[in-house]
Amino acid sequence: MADSNSRVIVITSGKGGVGKTTTTANIGVALSHHLGEKVALIDADIGLRNLDLALGLENRIVYDIVDVVEGRAKLRQALIKSKSNQNLALLPAAQTRDKSAVSPSQMIQIIQELQEEGYTYILIDCPAGIEQGFRNATAGATEAIVVTNPEMSSVRDADRIIGLLEAQELHSPYLIVNRLRPKMVKQQEMLAVEDVQDVLGSNVRLLGVIPEDEVIITSTNRGEPAALLEGNLAGQAYRNIARRLKGETVPFLNLDEKTGFFDRIKSIFGGKR
Amino acid sequence: MRSLFDRLFGRSDKSTKDVAKNRLRFVLMHDRADISAPMMDQIRQEILAVLSKYVDIDEQALDVSVERVDGGVVLAASIPILRVNAK
Repeated sequence: MADSNSRVIVITSGKGGVGKTTTTANIGVALSHHLGEKVALIDADIGLRNLDLALGLENRIVYDIVDVVEGRAKLRQALIKSKSNQNLALLPAAQTRDKSAVSPSQMIQIIQELQEEGYTYILIDCPAGIEQGFRNATAGATEAIVVTNPEMSSVRDADRIIGLLEAQELHSPYLIVNRLRPKMVKQQEMLAVEDVQDVLGSNVRLLGVIPEDEVIITSTNRGEPAALLEGNLAGQAYRNIARRLKGETVPFLNLDEKTGFFDRIKSIFGGKR
Repeated sequence: MRSLFDRLFGRSDKSTKDVAKNRLRFVLMHDRADISAPMMDQIRQEILAVLSKYVDIDEQALDVSVERVDGGVVLAASIPILRVNAK
């Protein structure tokens, strides 16, 4: 890579709908807004553009990644700076094209240009699946974050992705367990973070745990990632993840909620909680 | 959720978490073994190499596979021996 001072991290999962885009947006704002990094986010999900919505930038897109690749726009023209923070920029995906519109070598080219522009963190939002979109998104990355939910099919796909990352020389990926429901974990009705780590093996490094939180939906509705808002657990968890990425040791949030008295009574009598 | 009654008297249907974890464990082993056909072939070759020191093996009929047995995964090898090498 051209500039060793910048980190190029792909956010991936295999399965769709586990929270890759939300995670990319939130880590992006936490790194730029709270930690002063210069961050570029690349939406590599060509044909299914979404990262713009998570960031509230959908109305400002003029050019996209395919325009850059095909020479209709300079990279600088296509990058959209966040309103609230000049240190955060988005390179949007094309909406009307498919994954074959960009090749791995073109992706590497774009990343090198971003590094020359002084971006210290380049986060790539990978599309679901294991085909060309995955290969494009991982081509220029030197680190990987695997997002999973504590749920069987998501963990299975994460395992598959970890194998494929390995084949791309992306070893020991970070792991984010998203959408954890502490109450269900306590009741032994949902895989705990330790269970997920257990089955995925010791080669993944736990980066953070995000509780299921309605704020993710409301903040996406507004186009303001939850990490920008104080007073919610999910946003706090994302800010902690950003600090851990930078090498800080940050204790994991205590997500245990107390089980209510009424719940315990019901449990004693065999009722469903 | 298991009730206290069930737990006290050991009428334990497992928690769904344990069920999920066990099923996942299995399916991952299977997925992992399935992915690496070249590795499987290498295992096959190395088993052959080791055993050939002691016995004559019908290489064509050698069968190595990953199977599901009693909720676990078993690497099963069927190795037809033609003749033991007498020393």
